[in-house]
Amino acid sequence: MQKSLHIDPNKCTHCLQCEMACSFENYGVFNNSKSRIKVFEFHHTGRKVPYTCTQCDEAWCMHACPVEAIKLDKNTGAKVVLEDVCVGCKVCTVACPFGTINYVADIGKVQKCDLCFGEPACAEACPTGAITFIDANWTGLDRMRQWAEKTDTAAA
Amino acid sequence: MAWTRKFLRINLTSGSVAVEPLNMEWAQQYLGQRGLATKYFVSEVDPKVDPLSPDNKLIFTTGPLTGTMASTGGRYSVVTKGPLTGAIACSNSGGYFGAELKMAGWDMIILEGKSPRPVYLWIEDDKVELRDASHLWGKTVWETEETVKKQHQDPLVRVSSIGRAGENGVLYACIVNDLHRAAGRSGVGAVMGSKNLKAIAVRGTKGVGNIANPKEFMKVTFEKKKILKENAVTGAGLPTYGTQVLMNVINEIGAMPTRNHRDVQFEGARKISAEAMREKRPTDGKAQLVNNQACFGCTIACGRISKIDQNHFSVVNSPKYWGASGGLEYEAAWALGSANGVDDLEALQYANLLCNEDGMDPISFGATIGAVMELYEMGVLTKEQLGIEAPFGSAKALALLTEMTARGEGFGKDIGMGSARMCAKYGHPELSMTVKGQEFPAYDSRGIQGMGLTYATSNRGACHLRSYTVASEVLGIPVKTDPLTTDGKPALVKAFQDATAVFDSSGLCVFTSFAWGVADVQPQVQAACEGDWSLEKLNEMGERIWNLERQFNNAAGFTAKDDTLPPRLLTEPAKVGPAKGLVSGLDKMLPEYYELRGWDTEGRPTPETLTRLGL
Repeated sequence: MQKSLHIDPNKCTHCLQCEMACSFENYGVFNNSKSRIKVFEFHHTGRKVPYTCTQCDEAWCMHACPVEAIKLDKNTGAKVVLEDVCVGCKVCTVACPFGTINYVADIGKVQKCDLCFGEPACAEACPTGAITFIDANWTGLDRMRQWAEKTDTAAA
Repeated sequence: MAWTRKFLRINLTSGSVAVEPLNMEWAQQYLGQRGLATKYFVSEVDPKVDPLSPDNKLIFTTGPLTGTMASTGGRYSVVTKGPLTGAIACSNSGGYFGAELKMAGWDMIILEGKSPRPVYLWIEDDKVELRDASHLWGKTVWETEETVKKQHQDPLVRVSSIGRAGENGVLYACIVNDLHRAAGRSGVGAVMGSKNLKAIAVRGTKGVGNIANPKEFMKVTFEKKKILKENAVTGAGLPTYGTQVLMNVINEIGAMPTRNHRDVQFEGARKISAEAMREKRPTDGKAQLVNNQACFGCTIACGRISKIDQNHFSVVNSPKYWGASGGLEYEAAWALGSANGVDDLEALQYANLLCNEDGMDPISFGATIGAVMELYEMGVLTKEQLGIEAPFGSAKALALLTEMTARGEGFGKDIGMGSARMCAKYGHPELSMTVKGQEFPAYDSRGIQGMGLTYATSNRGACHLRSYTVASEVLGIPVKTDPLTTDGKPALVKAFQDATAVFDSSGLCVFTSFAWGVADVQPQVQAACEGDWSLEKLNEMGERIWNLERQFNNAAGFTAKDDTLPPRLLTEPAKVGPAKGLVSGLDKMLPEYYELRGWDTEGRPTPETLTRLGL
């Protein structure tokens, strides 16, 4: 079964555990500036929103890459950057409509979410269930359940 | 290692920036943050120093777990000699600034001297420089954060700054980071202002590595997070209601200081409680509370994000306050509310917003207003002096006096001195509800007897965050004790004081101690830090830190006579509630406390005690 990251901003508290987990998984260090998932705080409204790559099927980044450094991981559906192939041209960062693939100056390559090859550290670290890793075909299941619960059959 | 092993020494007089290695021998004895910075401070600063003189120093300090995945590992502290008290000050803050400083590669910043002109400290990893802040001087905390972020074209910069209160020398001015988190008490912001230092702005991209045993650290921090989640206080009460969960609880047990401690129960408590914050307002159909927010790395998330009622008289013409912002927390709701008999929830949030915006401790400020209102009702202070009629319960007076104090206008200058100096100036020192010059927080020591000893012996003046015996006496954590008796309280207070010093030195938030003991902190420290960090070592360290602070205060001129409470709490019995007829039994607890501490009858650590603790 293919799974995907599912984000429910209403549950997010902006604790940034996901960002630390991401950087620790990929770089062995707690470093929010190296995280591939970012949490945005909209102070005026109080909203907090975690945001990362949605793993588009027809991924703009993958199609834009001139050296084929971004490949589909068939097991997870993730689009994965092959670091030894990437030349750091940054065309993918221009092509991505969502800004979720970014250049890392330290290594001269780009980075993006690769779903941790099937066990995303961010989802595991999230203390509130704002980030979950669920059946890609049924990301709406929880919302459906909520509406189902409200369904009033008495009037019928 | 967890420490970055280096810190910054900034001489504001000369403008020099130096990098020094962290004294790792001291780190093994004091861990970090409160403990380690206090060790540096007392080693470098004359206890008799005038807190607002260039000779005082100001230390921003992180703990070894700051900036890690340990839950709540985002804290930093500010250590200095406090101008409100003349005692050692150590104020702890959350938000995101502390972790950012650590991720820039610094355990600590020691600031010395006084800049000839307003400056701010800019830290971008290894790049550290003092920059001109003439364009920021006179601006609020909120304007300062916004301006600095725009100037550096980087929304990820974290800023810790003072508002106009700190510039104007309000003696309980705080240092605010991330708009509404504060190193709040004892006037650390006034020290920063006296040094012409407006702000510290940090962008850290190095991260925190060098965890001694990363695999073990991830495993043990995960287990400890689970304990927080499953605990009724940290897993449900605090995230749902915030610290405000206490308002009705403390009122019911008759320990709610009301109208400058004249009363111990507030008839309006319900209207300013956590429950009230969740109710829809008749004016706009919305609740004040929007949602909760965590500080860096915190899996509890007790912080409140609220929206004030746009129709309220205080903000109807000020759209800048209409957005979501921090508050109300219990201490602020109490100090701005019950302490003054004000039950207007929106007025409290307005005063709270101004405290955040211009950097004032809402506890000391609100409690000082309580004294102002009592003096007004006695006829000592007049409408002409204050600019408004100010009886207990007046939301209009609260709003106006907050504005005047934040801006340093009119009688606001007197309010900015704190209640001890203000009450003395107008001939009624006995009406100041303070210990060592610092105002009480939200627990009446007639209704919770252990808190009387807590306040009297706190090293930074009256404070609940030095030994929160409310946990035991009211909530039954770790064991239930009777709030109305003094039996066993000296040992309880000592145990809480020493344990709290450990939490405060680690980089973790003391709120975790609702669910964790030092025994839960220990394996997290052990996994992160090199060296042996046994439970015994940590407990002894907590006691060592307490005595080190005490030694500084004794050398600063404090004696056993200062370990006392205002006469009202010692002689005027509680009028109603479970504590009816009781005064604080401080005299029954203090001698036993000194003995347990290994201090002489003058409150001085004996030579044997000092030797035992390696002091």
